[in-house]
Formats: sequence, structure tokens, C-alpha cells
Amino acid sequence: MLRLRGITKHYRVGVETIRALDGVDLEIAQNEYVAIMGSSGSGKSTLMNILGCLDRPTEGTYTLDGKQVSSMSAGQLASVRNEKIGFVFQSFELLPRMTALRNVELPLIYSKSGWWTRTKRAREALVTVGLEHRVDHRPNQLSGGQRQRVAIARALVNNPTILLADEPTGNLDSKTSEEILHLFDELHAKGQTIIVVTHEADVARHARRVVRMRDGKVVADHAASLLGAAETGTGGVA
Amino acid sequence: MGPIRLVVIFYQSVVLALAQIWSNKLRSMLTTTGIVIGVASVTAVIAALTGLQTRVLGEFESLGTNKMWIFPQRPDSGPMRTAPFTAFAFRPALFDDLLANAPSVRYLSRVTNATLNVKYESRIEENVQVAGVEAGWHKIENRSVTMGRPFTVLDDEQSRPVAIIDVKMQNRLGLPRDPVGSAITIGSRRFVVIGVIEEKVASGFVQDGISDSELFVPFSTLYNSRRGGQQLPFMYVQGSSTTPQAAAEAQSEITFYLRKVRRIPPGEPNTFRVEFVSRLVDQFNQLALVVTVIATGIVGISLVVGGVGIMNIMLVSVSERTREIGLRKAVGARPATILLQFLVEAVVLCLLGGAVGLLLGYGFAKGLSAIPGLGLQSAYLPLWSVMLSVGFSAGVGLVFGMFPAIKASRLDPIDALRHE
Repeated sequence: MLRLRGITKHYRVGVETIRALDGVDLEIAQNEYVAIMGSSGSGKSTLMNILGCLDRPTEGTYTLDGKQVSSMSAGQLASVRNEKIGFVFQSFELLPRMTALRNVELPLIYSKSGWWTRTKRAREALVTVGLEHRVDHRPNQLSGGQRQRVAIARALVNNPTILLADEPTGNLDSKTSEEILHLFDELHAKGQTIIVVTHEADVARHARRVVRMRDGKVVADHAASLLGAAETGTGGVA
Repeated sequence: MGPIRLVVIFYQSVVLALAQIWSNKLRSMLTTTGIVIGVASVTAVIAALTGLQTRVLGEFESLGTNKMWIFPQRPDSGPMRTAPFTAFAFRPALFDDLLANAPSVRYLSRVTNATLNVKYESRIEENVQVAGVEAGWHKIENRSVTMGRPFTVLDDEQSRPVAIIDVKMQNRLGLPRDPVGSAITIGSRRFVVIGVIEEKVASGFVQDGISDSELFVPFSTLYNSRRGGQQLPFMYVQGSSTTPQAAAEAQSEITFYLRKVRRIPPGEPNTFRVEFVSRLVDQFNQLALVVTVIATGIVGISLVVGGVGIMNIMLVSVSERTREIGLRKAVGARPATILLQFLVEAVVLCLLGGAVGLLLGYGFAKGLSAIPGLGLQSAYLPLWSVMLSVGFSAGVGLVFGMFPAIKASRLDPIDALRHE
């Protein structure tokens, strides 16, 4: 369903070339729950940007749902993001002046077919994340966990191929984090493909598969059950 | 992208723009001040000018836009420059063949006038303006004869002692309710009143030689009575062209004819002058146009200033909403959609300013028209100026909103989401 082949991403900073990704091969099948782990500078954020079609690789091919997305234009990538990717960010990224419902509607506003049914579908998505009673609340009237649930509803509203979460619990306390991760488990159980980028083993433990990054390369790819019991807290894997 | 999708995106952009402007009410108001003032001033100027124009043209209209006058005139140069008045004064016979030679001229009337004492029974009115006109004058001057009959060609040919008066003169002389058939003395001659003519509406802008007259007699009757000795009575000619558009044509025909009859050698100036109402109208319209263009130009400058303000605030808006733009892009907004959103916001902002300006300007014009004595009672806003203002405002929004919108559309979603 998702296949990366020889992906590299180079940035030029002054005279230096930084190899943020240095030949990544990765395949993720439908309904997988993958955690991408790595310390800062490992290239996991760059990988997430490419997986999320926010960025294009310098080299290599990325095939998503049979479509070659690595050579698409900015406009085409926008459509792919709209139809196939649901983003969950560490800092929620809700628009402060809009109600929860309007925030969830946002992807459908830019969707070819979803515009007409946006309110109905946004309500359904809010039901899915258990926020049907907070539909008309603005982000500042919601708790952190509720905000992230709204963001997840927004990510789900257009039935994405992949739910792509970047440190989804980074701004939440441990209890709320557990609730959010539990929601992810439920979504996964319903068949949702989920990719979580994190440096926390506690988060990665919820996944079924762990991909470890270091220096722009995949250094390990194993079942989440193999995560060592010692790897807790925020230390991660060096 | 289908047309329905385009409409949806456009609608979405307008809704977003209005929400954005509403949530920044004070800022939006301050930003659009330049546009408001620009549009308000052009609206007020155009409304006032249109009112003035309506009034002046209305007066010209009531005068008859195909009306013309031919006056003798001493030229500024050439041998006739120092000639005595008699050398170029008109004589009645000069115009005998004019109608036959000027197809664009419909009616002609030789006109002369005199100030005479008028007497009816024991009542004497002194220094009355008496005008001598021909039968054609009735056709040129649209004043109906309410009682009795108008002048005929025979009245003139036979120099009959007949007179037409208006109601004012009728009252001044104390003539009976039906004065037709009454005898009055004009100067030293007895005249029979043959008709009553409606009064002339006084014009504030155009004075014509006999407009004050209240008493009319046949041209030849008055002209011949004043002839004698070396003195040549003053006369001029009034006429009308077949249509208002034919006035220029008529002028050149008259000029050609008179130069030929008067044997003016080529290169020498005319010894007469042809005036027509439609040229006065043209001159006035030209003046009005110049004022409009200048006003519009000044307003254009203020709109550019307003536009710079719009650009500034849009740049601030793009910078403030960088994260929002990043998020919108992440969830699928195309660069073109973002561009449209910001462009529409700038245009809507300017259009709102333009609308407020229109209202202000209209109110100002209404206020002007309410002041008596300004002569602007008919001040109003022509549709074209409304459209011009709306178009100008939208144009300013488009032009000055383009750069910020392009900037927004080109933001990289990753950088934008990282923006603090």
C-alpha cells in the first residue's frame, strides 16, 4: 500500500549538504500500526514529511495506493494529502476562532466531493472520538486531550488511507496520553492504518511494528513487542 | 477543476474573508479608510457635478438644442478690423437665399429689437423691449400661442402693424382678458394685438437677445420703422438646425453661404459669428469631463495610497496566519486555493471600503443638494460612477492583494507549521 524505495533527502545549508534521509526503503501494508522512532536529527521528521506528502524526496520513489507521489506537483500533493493522509500534530493545530465542528470540517472544505456532506461527516468523526457533546466548543474551551481528539477527528474525517501522527502525546499528561493512545488502538482495531512518529517508547509500545531511524537511515525494523522493558520514559533509543 | 467546484471554492473564500474581516473589525476599518475616503470623495464630486450638469443641460434642453444664432461681428484681424459697424452689419436681404443654400438649417427668423413706449388706452408702459421676428421664429422658439394666432409670412411681407404679447405685458397694459383685436400704440404707431404667447422660463445660464421681450411684432414692421438716415437698425438671425446633431453641419453651410454672399476672400476672417446651443452643450460637457477626470485622478492617487495600506495589512495577515496557512495546506488546500482566499479577502476588504465610501459620498451629495442656492438640487449618483467606484475598489484589492496572496500561496507547509 505504501512503498518507499531509495528515498534520500538532502538540504543545503550554506556550503554543507545535510543528508536528512540517506536511502530509506520502507513498506507499510494496510491496517499496520507503525511507530517510527529515533532521536532528534535521526531523520524521522523528514521521513514523516515525505510520508505525509508535505515534502518531496531528493531521490527515490514513493508509491502510495499505487500512485507515484514522489514526482507530483505541489497542487497534486495537496489533493493526495486531502484524500489519503490524516495528520495529527503534537500541538494540535486547531484554528482558534472556529468551533470543534468547523475545525473538523476543514479537510472537507478542500475536498472535491466532501464539501456537500461536510457537516454531517464532521459530526460523525466527532462521535468517533467521543466528543459529540463538544461540537460547538472552541479550542480554548476544551482540555488538551479534547483538543487532540478534535484534531484526530479532523484527521479521520475524509477517511484517510494513513493516519499520520507526529508526537501526538507530546503536549499531554500521561493520563490523557493513555486515553489518546487507547483511541488509536481502537481506530487500529477498526482497520485504520496508523503511523506514529515518536521518541517515546511508551507511545511506540502501542504500535505493532517499530521502525528505528538513525542518521537518515532505517537501522531497525521489528515488532513492537520486542521493545525492551527498560525503554521507558522519554529517553528513547540512542 | 469543474465549474461547480470553482464556485464552491470561491464561495468558501468569500465566507472566510468576511469572517476574517469581522474578527478584525477595528483593523479592517482603519485599513480601508483610504479607500473609503477616496471613493467617498469621487462619489460626492461626481454626484454634485452630475446634478449641475443635469440642471444646465436641462436649461439648454428647454432652450432647444438645435437652436442657433448668427450675429454680425467685427473680425480681430484683416482689413475689416477697423471698419465701421455699418460695413458688416446685417441687412435683411443678406439672408433671403440662406434656407435654400443650407439644407441643415430648418427654420430661420431675422430678429431685431427696440426699446419703445407702449400705450393702451390711457396706460403707458415705458421702455418696453419690443422684438421684431418672422413667422419662422414660432417654430424655433417652442412657445405656444395661447390665444389668437401666430405671425404669418404675410404679416412680414406686408409689414402689418400687428403684435403678439405675453400675459405679463397683457397685465401691465391692463388689456382685457381676451386682448385679441385690441389696439395698442407702440412708439408712435397703432398696432392690433393678434395673439397671446406663453411666457418664457427665465434661464440662469443662457441669455439670448430677446429673451426679456414681452412684446413681439413682425420683423419688417419694426425694422422698416427704424430705418432712415444713415443709421442701420441692428439685426441678427435666429435659426434651428434640422437636428441637434446637424448643428455643426448647419454652421459650416451658413459660413460658406455668408462668405460667398459677402465676398470674403479666402484667408480673411469671418465678419459674422454663428453660435449654437449644442456647441454650448459640448463646451459644458467638455468642462464637466475635465473636472471628472481630474477628480478621478486625484481619487486614483488616494486609492493607490489606500491600496498600499491594504497590501501592508494583508502582509501582516499572512505573517500572522502562517501556521493556519500551513495547516490548511497540510489538510489539502492547494496553492491556488490559498492564493484565491487571500486575494478574495483583499478584494472583499476593498469592496466593503468602497461600499462605505459610496454611502458616505452619496450622503454628502444629498447634503449638498439640500443646501438651497447651490443649484445642486438634482445631484444624484449615476450608475456608471457606482460601477466605477466598485470596479476601482475591486481593482485596488486585486492589484495590492496579489503580492501578499502569492506570498501566502508559496509558503512551504512544513516551514509554515513550524512558524512561531
